[in-house]
Amino acid sequence: MKKFTYQVKDQMGIHARPAGMLINEAKKYKSVITIDTGAKKAELTRLMAVMALGVKCGQTVTVTVEGEDEDKALSEIKSFFEANL
Amino acid sequence: MKRIAAKTVYKGIALGKIHVMQKSDSSVNRSRVDDPENEILRVHQSIDVAESQLQELYDKAVKEVGESNAAIFEVHQMMLRDLDYVESIENIIRTQQVNAEYAVAVTGDNFAEMFAGMDDDYMKARSADVKDISERLICCLKGGTSQGDVFKEPVIIVADDLAPSETVTLDKSKILAFVTVHGSTNSHTAILARTMNIPALIGAEMNLDELKSGMDALVNGFSGEFIIEPSEEIREEAKRNIQKEKEKQELLEQLKGKENVTLSGKKIKLYANIGSIGDLGYALENDAGGVGLFRSEFLYIGKNELPSEEEQFQIYKQAVQNMAGKKVIIRTLDIGADKQADYLNLGKEDNPALGYRAIRICLTQTDIFKTQLRALYRAAVYGNLSIMYPMIISTEEVEKIKKITAEVKQELAADNIPYKDVEEGIMIETPAAVMISDELAKMVDFFSVGTNDLTQYTLAIDRQNAKLDPFYNPHHKAILKMLQIVTDNAHKEGKWIGICGELGADPELTETFINMGVDELSVAPSAILKLRSIIRQIP
Repeated sequence: MKKFTYQVKDQMGIHARPAGMLINEAKKYKSVITIDTGAKKAELTRLMAVMALGVKCGQTVTVTVEGEDEDKALSEIKSFFEANL
Repeated sequence: MKRIAAKTVYKGIALGKIHVMQKSDSSVNRSRVDDPENEILRVHQSIDVAESQLQELYDKAVKEVGESNAAIFEVHQMMLRDLDYVESIENIIRTQQVNAEYAVAVTGDNFAEMFAGMDDDYMKARSADVKDISERLICCLKGGTSQGDVFKEPVIIVADDLAPSETVTLDKSKILAFVTVHGSTNSHTAILARTMNIPALIGAEMNLDELKSGMDALVNGFSGEFIIEPSEEIREEAKRNIQKEKEKQELLEQLKGKENVTLSGKKIKLYANIGSIGDLGYALENDAGGVGLFRSEFLYIGKNELPSEEEQFQIYKQAVQNMAGKKVIIRTLDIGADKQADYLNLGKEDNPALGYRAIRICLTQTDIFKTQLRALYRAAVYGNLSIMYPMIISTEEVEKIKKITAEVKQELAADNIPYKDVEEGIMIETPAAVMISDELAKMVDFFSVGTNDLTQYTLAIDRQNAKLDPFYNPHHKAILKMLQIVTDNAHKEGKWIGICGELGADPELTETFINMGVDELSVAPSAILKLRSIIRQIP
């Protein structure tokens, strides 16, 4: 199991469109990927659940990756966050 | 005749027959099924159909309103495929042995409620998206096409509220206007209407059951009125106004995209003065090179309290995004004198024009100033924003402003909030500023001359006092000389200068300004094309 934390810089937080892109990214991997705000948790392959976290700008989230391709998944998802959120 | 008051989302006038849009029959019955797996299969087949419809809508919207406005249909496609959403539908069908339509309706309601209950306005608004996809899915299950109504002649669309998918499926050439009972200025419908350049009213208090498609009506986006079966007199007046608009439009078509250049090749920029976010459409429609004066007062006047940083940020952000890379110069709060806000308790003054106003308030009540500056620097990330400070009389004031802006930026950086440095200029509207413009030019990025105040202070004439009209000469040599001094001083320091007062739009002076070397004129949007045609005839 691997994890990283990230502070969201996008002004809108994790809003609909980037959430959608994030889900498409997460679906590429066999690993189970979860996002945790401290208060709530969601699987990163579930769009409405991720949107319902209501992650705002400045909030820190923890992303956990577990599975056979976890190394690759972690580094790709992390770069996605850095580039888009 | 019946007048209905409403809120204008996009100005314009339309006269025609109404078309009342009834929601396609989305009522759903609950019925028991013997073969739940077959229902689930139907759900998946319908999701495929709905998805391809949404893809078509997306492609259509990209062409008509641009990618960023079309993105919502991409999100809708993903919502349709959301695991929780689909699993919830499947579970209801299996556990309750019910029909697919019912399961979709219940699931849609649950998810919509979840979003509606969030403490974030943006997420709250997503509840409408969930309802929209669920209705589409139900329609597909029933074998409907969900492709909107068809009409032979152009109509005024009247509805309770319009989902984005409904507005985009309509044939634009057949729509005169939108009028809805619900909807917000930030709804997709409002944004699309604005982009599509169709007059639109929201919040119209009416009972749709009393209206019938085919009734005559007038939509007046200038007065915010929806008039059912208007009198002959009102119709005639509306027709004249529509004709005027049409003539303007024709002028626009000819000059749109052309340069503001004289026959000998001298160029000048023509920007728009705007007083609210709603005017942005006019600026773009009239081919403004940018916004030369965005009066931020509308955010402060007519309210019970100061606008929050977030509220301001959203407005400024929308402004720079709508102008898509074109310059937007936002003037900081210029309140006081004739513009009052009760909650500020500014008090009565014997001589308000020479009183506590504009930058003087901002430099005294710095918390108000800082909130606005934070919103401005944050919004700058999203486009080409500049800031301009009104009523400057000394270099000390500019130094104070710089100290405050530096603090604001430090605070933003410390909070890890993204912001951007911007061009910052001052208004030249006092004789004092003219006299020291050589020094001021070294401290700022640009000047913008506010000729209304400059004229009033230089000639010592109150423009509101009609008795003084015989003494008032807007082309007074003193003003023109001052403009030349300020222009030369700006250029000596390599800075640019614009005029944003009424004089800037005076066609008799356009040639004089160009010869002086003025770089930009910021005028009412409706004056831009008129000036462009004048400029293009100057030798």
